[in-house]
Amino acid sequence: MSDINELYKRSIFDHNRNPRNFHAMENASHSCDGYNPLCGDKVHIYVRLDGSDTVEDVSFTGSGCAIFKASASFMTSAIKGMTQVQARETVSKFLDMVTGSSDPEPEDKSMGKLSIFQGVREFPSRVKCATLAWHALTCALDKSTDGEKASSATPDSEARKDVVSTE
Amino acid sequence: MAKVNEIDTRTWPQVDFAKIRDQFPVLASTVRGKPLAYLDNAATTQKPWAVIDRMREFDSREYATVRRGAYRFAEQATEEFEKVRGKVALFLGAGSAKEIVFTSGATMGVNLVAGSWGRKFIGQGDEIILSNLEHHANILPWQMLAQEKGAVIKVIPVNDAGELDMEEFDRLLTDRTRLVAVTHVANSIGTINPVRTICAKARAAGAVTLVDGAQAAPHMKIDVRQIGCDFYVLSAHKMYAPSGLGVLYGRKEVLEQTPPFLTGGDMIERVTFEKSTFAPPPHRFEAGTPATTQVIGLGAAIDYLDSVGMEHIERQEKKLLDYATELVSRIESVDIVGNARDKAAIISFTLADAHPHDVATILDSEGIAVRAGHHCAQPTMDRFCVPATTRASFSFYNTFEEVERLAEGIKQATELFRG
Ligand SMILES: Cc1ncc(COP(=O)(O)O)c(C=O)c1O
Repeated sequence: MSDINELYKRSIFDHNRNPRNFHAMENASHSCDGYNPLCGDKVHIYVRLDGSDTVEDVSFTGSGCAIFKASASFMTSAIKGMTQVQARETVSKFLDMVTGSSDPEPEDKSMGKLSIFQGVREFPSRVKCATLAWHALTCALDKSTDGEKASSATPDSEARKDVVSTE
Repeated sequence: MAKVNEIDTRTWPQVDFAKIRDQFPVLASTVRGKPLAYLDNAATTQKPWAVIDRMREFDSREYATVRRGAYRFAEQATEEFEKVRGKVALFLGAGSAKEIVFTSGATMGVNLVAGSWGRKFIGQGDEIILSNLEHHANILPWQMLAQEKGAVIKVIPVNDAGELDMEEFDRLLTDRTRLVAVTHVANSIGTINPVRTICAKARAAGAVTLVDGAQAAPHMKIDVRQIGCDFYVLSAHKMYAPSGLGVLYGRKEVLEQTPPFLTGGDMIERVTFEKSTFAPPPHRFEAGTPATTQVIGLGAAIDYLDSVGMEHIERQEKKLLDYATELVSRIESVDIVGNARDKAAIISFTLADAHPHDVATILDSEGIAVRAGHHCAQPTMDRFCVPATTRASFSFYNTFEEVERLAEGIKQATELFRG
């Protein structure tokens, strides 16, 4: 049970039952779908950036497992109010943390509450559940709501788009 | 050719299933410090020493190229290889070893039939009947073919228990039906389909039949002539033999009309740059060097299964299924998907408060290996309005204690997630 308690922290159950920012958004400036065909997890991410490129609002809809739902819920809470640049930085730190590609510095408190997802790396088959919403967020930021990709899309955005649609 | 099912199994000694576990080394493994309870047998099965040892022996003392060696050593390997074809024929109740084609798996078997027989015999407006219980491997090759040819796919619906609606099947079957392809046992929810009735009706309507036996062959006595199908496919790795190997049974008359699928070495009579003629079945369908050692392993697996006795296996798995159904259905908030009267040892379920993937992780933390997901059967999931299920699938080597651990694990998941 010790491993399992590392994965399913209390707040994960809480956010699974009562996900924050769990609704559609009518006036989103950016949005994207994410789908994990392996387990059927589905997400739609909505973002509204204001004139100064700050995440004024972010929300999600979808269905899936507790890890996915809690992760999406925590993500939306964390990035609300961040600038786009900060949000993208958080995405990349989060992905590094859950995939185990880098250990967060013990004194690095920037992940804040998000660090409860660190246990996911011990369950490789669940990493995709934790990252789905984050990939979808990147995808949303890379394109505008009319589906066109922003010209500022990073060189690896194609690869990332793949991740969003196929994993 | 003597038929296995003519042997009177009542005279066989009772099988001591508790001892049988020792014959499967993997079953002694531990995961996360807990003994492994391997309940993912519908995905793939573990190998007994008999299979592991035979392959090792073949590789260390007998291995050579088959069907092309001009020397005694290769002839011996070829004889061992071809002996297995005979064993498979007996195991499936086929009339002749010439009706047994080695493929790379059930997936390849269906693709072969769709890509060769289907390409030749299915045309514009022809109808293909599938069921709502198919694995994607028995959907996609037909969908591709139908798109290419302008053929039409019709689907036998499923009732709430997970059984095929046979009255609707009667209505779907018309003189336009060219092929009926159904699974013998549904991998997602365990339903055993009435394939004998389906094949008889299809044949009366002039249609060719393919039965996907991937989930049936390891768990019950198969007799393709009794079933009356034209094609039957299976995967070796689901019957205690290695992966990368499968079998396609094709009824002689149908197989002879079927053109080659893959072409290359070893499947020809005569090749010139202008024109080539192809070997008769089964070699016509076995281009290239085959999965030699795997075939030898399959032979050992069949000997092993015969030594235990398919009837004994079927009975033991039924007991495991009944016990699991009893314990799991008693747990509050569990919904078992698929309650067919005729059911193989597969339990697919959902919990009211926990997603199938979370349930599988909780079970994994207790050393219990199950599958969560759509089981490559999304149309079946759609039918039951669930995105996914958790699935426990049993083999005769599983124990009643493992069933109890499964039930305990599910209870633990319900408690954790109810909060
Ligand atoms: C009913 C059924 N058909 C076909 C297949 C495909 O088998 P393979 O992946 O071995 O080709 C499977 C395996 O999951 C199955 O369960």
